[in-house]
Amino acid sequence: MSGSASSVFFGLSTIAYILAMVLYIGYLAFRKNQVGVVATTVTVAGFISQTLAILLRWKEFYEVGQMGWLRAVPLTNLYESLVFFVWCLILAYLVIEFRYKNRSFGAFITPVAGLVLAFIDISGMSKDIQPLVPALQSNWLLAHVMMSFIAYSMFAVSFSTGLMYLIVKTDNRNQPAYLFWTIMLGIFAIVLCAMGLDYLTFKVAVKSQEELIKGYLFKASFRNSSSAIALLSFAASAAIIFVIWRFGGVLKKIITSLNISAETLDEITYKSIAMGFPIFTLGGLIFGAIWADQAWGKYWTWDPKETWSLITWFFYAFYLHSRLMRGWKGKRVAMVAVLGFVAVIFTYLGVNLLLSGLHSYGSQ
Amino acid sequence: MEKGKNKSVIDLLWDLFASVKLAVVIFSLISVTSMVGTVLEQNAEPEKNIRVLIKMFGVGHETAHSIYGILDSLGFMNMYHSWWFITFLLLFAANLIICSLDRLPRIWKLVREHIRPLSQEHIEKMSIRRSVSVKNKPSGIKEDVSSSISKIGFKPAESSSGNSFQFYAEKGNFTRLGVYITHLSILVILAGAIIGLKFGFNGFLNLPEGQISPVAYKDRGSEVPLGFEVRCDNFDVEYYGESDMPKAYRSWLTVLDGGKEVLKKVISVNNPLTYKGITFYQASFGPVRENMKGGILVLRLVSSDGKSTQINTNIGGNFSMPGSSAEARVTNFSPALSFDQSGRPFTYDANLVNPAAYIEFSNLGGKPYSGWILKRYPQTWRLPDGSSVEFLDYWGVEYTGLQVRKDPGVLIVYLGCILMATGLYITFFMSHKRLWVNVTEEKGAAKILIGASANRNRAAFERDIEKLAGLLGEGHKGGK
Repeated sequence: MSGSASSVFFGLSTIAYILAMVLYIGYLAFRKNQVGVVATTVTVAGFISQTLAILLRWKEFYEVGQMGWLRAVPLTNLYESLVFFVWCLILAYLVIEFRYKNRSFGAFITPVAGLVLAFIDISGMSKDIQPLVPALQSNWLLAHVMMSFIAYSMFAVSFSTGLMYLIVKTDNRNQPAYLFWTIMLGIFAIVLCAMGLDYLTFKVAVKSQEELIKGYLFKASFRNSSSAIALLSFAASAAIIFVIWRFGGVLKKIITSLNISAETLDEITYKSIAMGFPIFTLGGLIFGAIWADQAWGKYWTWDPKETWSLITWFFYAFYLHSRLMRGWKGKRVAMVAVLGFVAVIFTYLGVNLLLSGLHSYGSQ
Repeated sequence: MEKGKNKSVIDLLWDLFASVKLAVVIFSLISVTSMVGTVLEQNAEPEKNIRVLIKMFGVGHETAHSIYGILDSLGFMNMYHSWWFITFLLLFAANLIICSLDRLPRIWKLVREHIRPLSQEHIEKMSIRRSVSVKNKPSGIKEDVSSSISKIGFKPAESSSGNSFQFYAEKGNFTRLGVYITHLSILVILAGAIIGLKFGFNGFLNLPEGQISPVAYKDRGSEVPLGFEVRCDNFDVEYYGESDMPKAYRSWLTVLDGGKEVLKKVISVNNPLTYKGITFYQASFGPVRENMKGGILVLRLVSSDGKSTQINTNIGGNFSMPGSSAEARVTNFSPALSFDQSGRPFTYDANLVNPAAYIEFSNLGGKPYSGWILKRYPQTWRLPDGSSVEFLDYWGVEYTGLQVRKDPGVLIVYLGCILMATGLYITFFMSHKRLWVNVTEEKGAAKILIGASANRNRAAFERDIEKLAGLLGEGHKGGK
């Protein structure tokens, strides 16, 4: 593989999304319409560039693999699937922006994209086109992975709007729901900062995920060899959460000033889960099971990936039942929606990174 | 229903199982214990999980050992098959059945209940409303109204009284059952899984090339008779370019029933063989180490003028080249040959990754010659005098690792999956839509009032109603 055209476009889209994140946050802060238009334009440009990049990579893979177009879908490793996730997420966001004629979600969704892209770089995961191992040479690959990620991006949208809903709906600092969202948002911000610090400090490409976990992740902060820096990091995290907790009302003001009603947020949360859940069930669970059955003769083995998919499924099934059956609306279900996405993240990354690290022998 | 305080035990149990609280408790129990099961490696050697416990809690080996002991006796090391986890799943099933049965009669009534004409006041209270006024007598636009309703995909019924009339129609009242189809599908899948566990088996079979087996083996090593025999005729791995990463691996299998060959198939990963309900999956492969030098070397000898013969020989075996007086002898073999920096050959893997044979020729075009020929590198097959020795196979030294499964429940599981997809589609993408169009005479004009409701996806239905209102307005212009 040469220094390919696809990586140039990927780089462009990464820059565009990070710029868009800054612009959308600026738009929220200053409420200048021009800023919003620029933010949308930058996002659309990033999206087009990323689409081109994915198509080019597909073509490159096709030429390397020589197994036909269907066996060359760029969805076969962690890097490619995360890129596809970002693509789906941005697409979903753009649809919402045009449909609801409201840009304010941008500030909540582009950071998710930014976090994922930052994660790709700091984790130094392999960006090379890797030949398919025999188990992946199946037509189910396309359907299974693509649908899973479409569902994941829907869930990511519901996470963002669920969180926004909680921000809008709470004002008492001692309310459980208020504590819940401030801590969630705090952890999100802390992880983003810590990974950014790792990246700035080490700037290395790591060979394996295990090496990442053992050697680099959070080594610039929480897991620093100097216990002073580690302690400082924990103190800083506590401070971040405290600041968010203390000044959460500002966020609420910003969101409410932007003409998004709590009902709209609740509706988008529900609609994205109502779309994502059947897609996840069919593509993620059922197609995954059929594929496993054809490749290994076992449709369900309770391996960590399958089990966590099932737990994720339970979360969203619970969300839908409590909303449709009990008529629960509001904060309680919004918290379930937010937690559901935490389960999604764990299903996708935690299982690969943490559990496999736990089970490996390696250096002790 | 009038039992009041004196509820029987069965009623109490029924209420318990019909409650959403119990569902939440069971969901949580299954989720939390499952999480534990993903952290502890299932069916692993004790030492592995003791390490996990040491890493997680930062405790010493002794403490970890005793924690392990407790968890093991509770069944956590094979928890998805422990009695209590199975009980959770059965409770889940019971909860699902009773919850559904508890609510089904009400929903069934709704489904059976057909739409009826509504009073004008009722229509005015519908969540979707439109009104259009047309300068015509109500009777003059009847046809128009009916055909407009048909145009948006509804079959209207009519009721009229005096000068005014009403059309009403509905679609998809069965969609209220979608959620029950989904619930049922979970039960069907669970039933399929139970049938599989009860009447099927999961085993493996490592079958060396050329060998035959009437049995497979279960995880604990016990034999399961197949009822027929399976033979591995050949096994081969194809690699990506010059790397040692397998691109594909295949087994040539023959099924023998009653001593007769009944089925031959080349299987690969994602492409299994099934005979009499037992399926053989290509799972792995490996070398038969103790026999590494005892295999059969299959060579095709091609003389410089193009005559070729295929021979079988072995390590240490002799053969003569066709059309020449050259004698050859296979003097050395490596399963995975490579050359170090000084050009010296060495074996880098015990597996058959890059097989190579060293052949000495007594007289090749007048001179003795010797060299390595490698199966994966045809350029090494050519000899100095224009003839060549093609390395076709080194046979009998590898086994194919087969996953062997019999699962009479799998079709039921698949059926459950189809049901689930159908149920979810109905539940989330279809809705029960109803509409009423009431036409009355008002000040010499026909006043058309449309009322409609949908239990899901209201926005899309609202667009349909918008279209209907547009059609009715236009119809009036055309009719003038």
